Amino acid sequence: MTTTAKQKVGWGTANTVAVVLAIVPVLWIVSLSFKDPATITDASFWPKKWTLENYRGIFKTSEFTHALINSIGIALIATFIAVVLASMAAYAVARLSFPGKGLLIGMSLLIAMFPAISLVTPLFNIERSLHLFDTWPALIIPYIAFGLPLGIYTLSAFFREIPWELEKAAKMDGATPYQAFTKVIAPLAAPGMFTTAILIFIFCWNDFLFAISLTSTTNARTVPAAIGFFTGSSQFTAPTGSISAAAVIITIPIIIFVLFFQRRIVAGLTSGAVKG
Amino acid sequence: MADIVLDQVTKRFPDGALAVDHIDLDVADGEFVILVGPSGCGKSTTLNMIAGLEDISDGELRIGGQVVNNKAPKDRDIAMVFQSYALYPHMTVRENMAFALKLAKTPQETIDKKVNDAARVLDLTQHLDRKPANLSGGQRQRVAMGRAIVRDPAAFLMDEPLSNLDAKLRVQMRTEVSRLQKRLGTTTVYVTHDQTEAMTLGDRVAVMRNGKIQQVGAPQELYGHPENLFVAGFIGSPAMNFMPGRLEDGKLRTRLGDVPLDDEIRRMLEGRDTGRDVILGIRPESFEDASLVPADARGRGITFRAMIDVVESMGSDVFVYFTFEGDNESVSSAELEELARDSGRADTGGTGDQVVARLDAATRVREGSEAELWADVRSIHVFDPASGENLTKTKATATADG
Repeated sequence: MTTTAKQKVGWGTANTVAVVLAIVPVLWIVSLSFKDPATITDASFWPKKWTLENYRGIFKTSEFTHALINSIGIALIATFIAVVLASMAAYAVARLSFPGKGLLIGMSLLIAMFPAISLVTPLFNIERSLHLFDTWPALIIPYIAFGLPLGIYTLSAFFREIPWELEKAAKMDGATPYQAFTKVIAPLAAPGMFTTAILIFIFCWNDFLFAISLTSTTNARTVPAAIGFFTGSSQFTAPTGSISAAAVIITIPIIIFVLFFQRRIVAGLTSGAVKG
Repeated sequence: MADIVLDQVTKRFPDGALAVDHIDLDVADGEFVILVGPSGCGKSTTLNMIAGLEDISDGELRIGGQVVNNKAPKDRDIAMVFQSYALYPHMTVRENMAFALKLAKTPQETIDKKVNDAARVLDLTQHLDRKPANLSGGQRQRVAMGRAIVRDPAAFLMDEPLSNLDAKLRVQMRTEVSRLQKRLGTTTVYVTHDQTEAMTLGDRVAVMRNGKIQQVGAPQELYGHPENLFVAGFIGSPAMNFMPGRLEDGKLRTRLGDVPLDDEIRRMLEGRDTGRDVILGIRPESFEDASLVPADARGRGITFRAMIDVVESMGSDVFVYFTFEGDNESVSSAELEELARDSGRADTGGTGDQVVARLDAATRVREGSEAELWADVRSIHVFDPASGENLTKTKATATADG
């Protein structure tokens, strides 16, 4: 296939539009976060006066730092549990035939497709009656539930690519099924587990809906929710600068993750779909 | 060291398919037994049952006198070499070979010693710290062997271990496997679909078809005295030629001509109530260029004329292919059809009526011309077309030229 000059121009334009649409809001937020509160509404894309005041401001009170700790803690715990459970489930899905396997796969797909908003109210009531509301588990549990389908799907694709004979060989070498899994299969699936972990972590990290609905104080409020409760330095100033600064800060880890592991993430998302 | 006994071992899959049908096989201590057969004949399933990777539906499996039906693979003290080698990609060669010993909590000095010894035997010493991905096919195969021998197990099981190698290396490794087995003297069960491998490696060969053992015996015995059409057609390369024949007036009427039957064969054939139509089997080397047969030997066979299609010179011998024209009658039997499918003959459209003969290199037979050929009638086999049974199996056959 040869690309004509016309096609090149067409694709170039389309790509540029897409990139600009994606990048401009991010740059805008970055720009806002460095603006002096007085010039925040000056409608200039480039800050006229650079300042770190917004960043200093959000770290001054415990509101943001607390939320940051909540975010990191909740996302890490939920990711860890989800990956451990998903790897076991995915292994079973990939390797064993058991009654209800189709049902399990169907159910996990169903959960992944459920609109989260429809679950928020029941979850709110359930968690209140279980006294889980506004605690870390209040968020960890739904995050695991929504992270699992994603994990099972990605990981089972990875497990399927590991030749079954390796496991037979491990058995012949005297390994118990548990040893075969931990010493042979899991190390080989490590890149897959890593990718899955990143994907689930990003999901937990970015979630706003559950975070805003299932928390009420800084006790368990994560950053995306906490940002919504930011107030300006005085009652009468809009907190635009602090919101921007907080948004930039929580974006950084994700950007670093994705830049470092983008190849792996893409491989993880597409593995099983295409051979090679 | 141990013997392996399969006593009426059966494998029935959950969908009802009978993969292995009540097979009996005794593998003596230190013996090298080959399971051979076309794909889907149950040979790998049998091996996996011995290994413990598949459950045994029925029957008894004894290793070293102990019933091991319900023992996990790790408690059976056997090592297996897989077709794909199944080396652990994340471990070095040394770790691969040491894995089983590590799991068995062998002391580190013993592990090092055993791994180093095995590496020396297999010529892998300089590769011990490399990963399998950086090894050649032959080296990987040797690592797979090494992983089996470091354990010093009661028996080796090998599942087509050479079929991933290229042709030249396969022949080399075949000799290597044979030498290693003789040297270690470990009981070995070896699965292959390649009859050449089966013939060259085994002390004894078991030919399987449709989950049943057709015949067990030394390679030469299978070759010289096949019990049925299937074994006759499977063992030997090029394969035995089959053609229809009819018993009439104490003679066997065939396309080659009338084969006079000696009293022994006649009695054997007439003692049976199997009808008069039979299938005649004759190995390629039982033919000869009639002009090269000494006059005194001619009487032991029949001479006939045939139109030669193709001549293939192998240097030491010449293979000639011919068909009989104006004769639409051909042999049909389930066994022969299966063999044709297995060899791919059914797909390539070649006819089963084609006859191949192995002649002396001195022959002057030319393609496209008629030639006079001679067939040694002492080495023919006569089969019952219905049951496939060899009616002449007890006969003392003389192979024409070895």
